[in-house]
Amino acid sequence: MASLESVQVAAGASVPKSASAVPATTVTSRHSALVRVTHWITTLCFFALLVSGVEILISHPRFYWGETGNVLTTPLFKVPIPASRKLVPTGYGYVLPDQNGWSRYLHFQAAWVVMLTGLLYIISGFFTGHFRKNLLPSEADRSWRAFSTVIAKHLRFARPTEAEAWSYNVLQRLAYLLVIFVLFPLVIWTGLAMSPAFVSAVPATVNLLGGQQSARTIHFFVSAFLVLFLLVHVVMIFVAGFWSRMRAMITGRADTYTGRA
Amino acid sequence: MSDVSRRKLIIGGVAATAGVASLGVAARMAQEYGLIPPDHGGLYGPGETLTYASQRVLTRHSLAREFPRSKISHPPLANEMPPLNDAYKRLQAGGFADWRVSVDGMVERPASFSLAQLKSYPSRKQTTMLQCEEGWSYIAEWIGVPLSHVLDVVGVRPQARYIVYTSIDPDWWDSIDMADAVHPQTFLAYGMNGDELPVGNGGPIRMRLPRQLGYKSVKFVTDLKVTDSLKGFGNGSAAAAPEGGSYAWYAGI
Repeated sequence: MASLESVQVAAGASVPKSASAVPATTVTSRHSALVRVTHWITTLCFFALLVSGVEILISHPRFYWGETGNVLTTPLFKVPIPASRKLVPTGYGYVLPDQNGWSRYLHFQAAWVVMLTGLLYIISGFFTGHFRKNLLPSEADRSWRAFSTVIAKHLRFARPTEAEAWSYNVLQRLAYLLVIFVLFPLVIWTGLAMSPAFVSAVPATVNLLGGQQSARTIHFFVSAFLVLFLLVHVVMIFVAGFWSRMRAMITGRADTYTGRA
Repeated sequence: MSDVSRRKLIIGGVAATAGVASLGVAARMAQEYGLIPPDHGGLYGPGETLTYASQRVLTRHSLAREFPRSKISHPPLANEMPPLNDAYKRLQAGGFADWRVSVDGMVERPASFSLAQLKSYPSRKQTTMLQCEEGWSYIAEWIGVPLSHVLDVVGVRPQARYIVYTSIDPDWWDSIDMADAVHPQTFLAYGMNGDELPVGNGGPIRMRLPRQLGYKSVKFVTDLKVTDSLKGFGNGSAAAAPEGGSYAWYAGI
């Protein structure tokens, strides 16, 4: 099989020293080129979506449940921030500047890029066995004991072992699977459910969620979960060793990750 | 060169050629089928073009969701809006008896309609959601004349591609393509929830396009122009620019 690995060996990726850590036949580089490229495009898009999403949010920082909602109806909750519209009673004595023009353009452009990137990643991930090999927890890990061991280690902020620099533990695998197969699809779905044109063609998109304002509220919470994931992700990278993790995701190399003797 | 890398090179080359060729064909087809929005240039042009083209294909025959009358929002929200100008106040004092909606440009019989004339045409109702780009929404029953009926009366020339519509405030205007102009739910709406259209909601007459966000549904409409090009209208954004800079011309999302 002409696989990605052959390219990476040619590109000079080093082979890990410990044979037990890595099945040498399947991994010669920590992250494949496709994973690395899609990772950084997604990173860029995520920041664009976050900044523009917050800008759009401040024009109406109130959330509702059901089909409709406006300043005359009771909100599910309010985000306690000032707004960029006079219409919204926020309790603040000032109104922020309206930035929705570029924010909306940027939001949808970044949504397109991240969606197409995600599609490429998912299709190739199934094709190359990336999900099966790198993200699906191994059979040994599918137990509460394995799970609690990993959680205990995380709570101690223990640095990863050599094996873990080459492979994800069960908690990481589940977190990534959740982000890739639940949170991202959900945020795209709820985003589309807010599009009056899209739902005119596919009304179930919004009807299944209980209404357009419900879709907006779920979109907000899923985005919040994605931000939470990002924060934990970045903290864990610092715990594991910032430069070695960055090197692994930029160049694919992971051999010098802790500077251990 | 090994067999594997030669095979990769050939496959890659064929894929790249096919990719470039299909992009070229796609661009030609997009132009042909009206899938390129007027704001296709600039930094955000690619995203806008993808959104407009894909939704144009997807929503060719789709209707905005309609709701039972029991879902109507009470009270109906009147959004904040710029102060009404003197021309409006004069017409309002006269009970809008002299309100006119003119239709000209690429039409056979340019005309200026009174409200009474527009109301004499078959009226239609739709209970649809008005959804603001800011995030809020409400449902109302809208009563009006389908824009397509008015366009039939004036006789649109075949080369027409867009309708530019202006409120009584000349700085408040927008435009739509013919697909939206002749869509059965695109109304010149003069009534709401069984009554006259309130001033706060755009009375005496407003544009109503339930498949696009609220900002395309310009209030206090006085003027429609049928055109084959949007160059010459505003700064090229094909719509008046609000404070926050130009919004996307296509507001299906």
